[in-house]
Order: sequence, then C-alpha cells, then structure tokens
Amino acid sequence: MSTIVLLLVTGLGLGALYFLVAAGLSLIWGLMRVLNFAHGAFFTVAAYAGFFAATALPGLSLWLQWFIGLLAGTLTGGVFAVLTETILIRPLYRRPVGQVLVTVGLALATLALVEGAFGSDPRQVTLPDWMNATTTILGAAIPNTRFVVLLLAALVLAGLLFFLGRTRYGLIVRAGVENRAMVSALGIDVERAFTLVFAIGGMAAGLAGVLGATYYGTIDPSRGTTMLISAFIVVVIGGLGSITGSALAAVMVGLLQQFLNFYAAAGVGDFAVVLLLAAVLLLRPGGLLGGPAA
Amino acid sequence: MSAAALLQVAGLRVAIGESQILGGVSFQVREGGITGLLGRNGVGKTTTLRGILGLVPRTGSVTLAGEELTALPVHAVVRCGVGYVPEDRDVFAGLTVEENLRLAERADSEHRYELIYELFPELRERAGQRAGTLSGGQQQMVALARGFLNASNRILLIDEPTKGLSPLMVKRVASALQRAAEVATILLVEQNLAVARHLVRDVVVLDQGSVVFAGEVAALIDDPALARRYLGLSVSASGH
Repeated sequence: MSTIVLLLVTGLGLGALYFLVAAGLSLIWGLMRVLNFAHGAFFTVAAYAGFFAATALPGLSLWLQWFIGLLAGTLTGGVFAVLTETILIRPLYRRPVGQVLVTVGLALATLALVEGAFGSDPRQVTLPDWMNATTTILGAAIPNTRFVVLLLAALVLAGLLFFLGRTRYGLIVRAGVENRAMVSALGIDVERAFTLVFAIGGMAAGLAGVLGATYYGTIDPSRGTTMLISAFIVVVIGGLGSITGSALAAVMVGLLQQFLNFYAAAGVGDFAVVLLLAAVLLLRPGGLLGGPAA
Repeated sequence: MSAAALLQVAGLRVAIGESQILGGVSFQVREGGITGLLGRNGVGKTTTLRGILGLVPRTGSVTLAGEELTALPVHAVVRCGVGYVPEDRDVFAGLTVEENLRLAERADSEHRYELIYELFPELRERAGQRAGTLSGGQQQMVALARGFLNASNRILLIDEPTKGLSPLMVKRVASALQRAAEVATILLVEQNLAVARHLVRDVVVLDQGSVVFAGEVAALIDDPALARRYLGLSVSASGH
C-alpha cells in the first residue's frame, strides 16, 4: 500500500511538472498555431535564473531564498517568452516552417549557451529543511517537495481556468483558438493576446523550471528538452488548446510512467506513454478534450 | 450615386496565389440605407468585403468618411467604425451566446442591446447556451447581433445573411436589416434578389472581379437585359 501511495504522489508531482510546461504549449498552439520548440529553453533558463537568484542572497533564510528563486525563475521564463514572441516569432506568423526552424534553433542555441556557461553536469540546489524531509501518509514516506509542486501546479491550473473563463482576455484567447481572423474582425488586437499568451506560457514554464529543480534536487541544461518532449505528448493526448485536457493528460502520463517503470521494468512506462499517444491519435485525433484535429 | 459618399473604394485589387480575384474594383456607398453588392457566384463579392476590411492582402484605396483604411490592420479598420457579419456566420461555437456578444463589445462605443433583443428576443433567452448548439437561423441572429451591437459602427458589411435559411427566417433577417439600416449604413452582399430589391436603395453589380453597374436599384430592375446578363436572373417590376 505504501508503495502505491508513494508512486501515486510522485506520479502526480511529475504530472504537475508536465502540466506546467504543456499548458503554455497548448495555449500557444491553440491561439497562434505556433509549435514552440523553444518552450523547453524557457524551462532551462528559468531554472538557472532561479538557482542563481536564490544563491545570490546567502544571508537570507532558505525559505526566502527559495521563494526569490521561484519568483526570479517565473519572471525570467515570462520575459524570455515575450522576447522570443516579439523578436523571433512575430515576423514569421504566416510562415510556419520558419517558426519551427527559428524555435528549434533557439532551443539548440540556448542549450549550447547554458552548457558552455555553466557546464553540463547537474548542480545541486539548496532547499529549505522542510522540503528535504518527508511526510508519512498511509505508511509511505513522501518527499515534501511533491506537495509543493502539486500545490503550485493546482494553483496555476485554477488561475488559468479563472483567466480563461472569467476575464475578457481569457474570452479573447478562447475565441482566438476557434477563429483568430474573426476575433480581429470584431476590432480586437489579436497580436496583443499573442504576446500575453506567450508571457503566460513562459511564466508557467519558468515556474516549472524552478519546481523541477525543487522536485529533482538538481538543475541541468538538458532537462528542459526532456520535459518538452513529454509536454508535447501531454498536449497532443489532452487536446491542443485545452488546458483541462493538458491537466488530465499530464496526470495520466505521470502516473503511467511511475507505475509501469516500477512494477514492469524501467522504460516500460515511457513506452506505454508512446502507445497511449498512438491510441489517442488513432481513436480521437483531436485529443481527449480537444476539438476535431486541424 | 451621390457625391457625399461614406465609403469609397478605388482600384481595389486582390490576388490570392496566382489568381486575380478583384481586378480594380471602384465604387462608393452613400451614407444611410442599404447598398447591395450583387453578382453571380464567384465574381468577388465576398472578397470585396474582406478586402475592405483587410482580411485578405489588397492594394488600392478604401476610405471611410475620408479616412484611408488600407494601411491599417483589421482590428484598427473595425475600430474606425466598420462592422462585419461574415458569410458563414463564424460564431464562436464553444462560447455562449452572451460571450459571443460580450466579445464584440468595443470600449469606444455604446452597445445596442435593446435593439438586439427587440429584433432577436431568442438571444436573451438563450444567453447561456453555447453558440455551436444553436440552429443555423439562431447562429445568424448571433452574427447579426454582433454586427449591430456597437453604436459607433458607421457602416456594416453584411455577407449573404439569408443564405441557407428558411423562408420565415429570411423574412425576419430582412426585417432586422431594415431596422438596422435606420441606425447605420449597410453594404449588403445578397444572392437573393427577391429579398435585396426590397431592401436596397443602391446597387453595385460585380462581374469577373470588376464593377459593371452602379446606381439605384430601380435602374437595374428597369433594365432586365442587364440583370439577366450579370445576375443570371429574370427581373420583373413586381416580382422575382
């Protein structure tokens, strides 16, 4: 029983990280039809920004350092995303191949720059004592970091649902996912919504970067790329443009990986995720909660 | 037509890929009432409306009350006072009726909810219903309501609003257009000449991407040969 509880919470925590990266990818694709391969770079740069912001203030309590790192990483992800959208992607809105090339190029360049600057070895992050401890639930000693990741991801999900469901910009984004041209024809500056969606997506990825460091206890340059692959799978399974779909798919993928990698064999969980992706693409091409496939 | 034009289109050209859809369309719409944009299928009526709005790349000149619109992005053209009701309605299927209308509200304008609910009381009753679940006629009401909503709209570009509707619904739409024409100028694309002839004051007839007739509707009806040649219809003074 304790193993099941541990795998359950750990799988949910992993799913929470996938969700944070996938949410931005899904919104960006849904509204702008941009496949943003640089999204993993937002994660990586934010993780390093959070790490250095936290360690730059050694006199403060570890909680405060962690919180400052969290803020710095989240903001860095947002700023990086806005710069990417305005400088690199905006001139290429009608050129999807150009968008793919420029975002892949940015992802590769960022990875190389981070490795060049900080090395490719993982760096240990310093966490508050409570986060290094465990809490026992039904006999399972669960690392407290899992609860932090789950709580913040749940807050982001609630915030995004509030934004999409209750605000005018959320309304614009939901309408733009359906028919961008018609939104413009109602007198709405869709490009401003594009920038906002990139900022939100970048901030969520940035938050995931710092929470990834909290979850694993380390940062390294390539984790963003690994996360990006999983997040793309989550977005496709959940349905492009659907935040709730991304949350549902992220939980499914996280749990599937954890349980099968433990009970079957290492790697089986990852293989099962690919099978799940194939099944969704065959049976429901628009994803679990998405519309018809474009 | 009168020299006091609200909308002036001069040398409007639209090419999509290799195809020249509009080859220099020029006409004007005078303020008040309904001007019909007529022609056979595929002559460029919808493209003309989309070109005025900037939804397709175009060259030439489009001015609204003397203000040049062609350099502006679509949303800025609309904010100059151009409302648009597209051919396929294009309601946001996943949004409710109320959300569709709220999205169309512009901050720089008063909103004519009273007029909308007077014309289409169903929209008030179905405010919380997703637009994608409405009938075709009800979706057309939503599309028209979005166009009528902003009092700052000086001209409404309305594309085939009776297409695919039941005869009863066609009558309601025609009546709504007449009522809307009391508060805004309308440029109406309409295939159904039996409907258009009772609504419009002026007509512009397109053929092969160019204007072949512009004048009062009575002049078109008085020239059955012209109507037959460019609209493919027999027109009599009393009927269809």
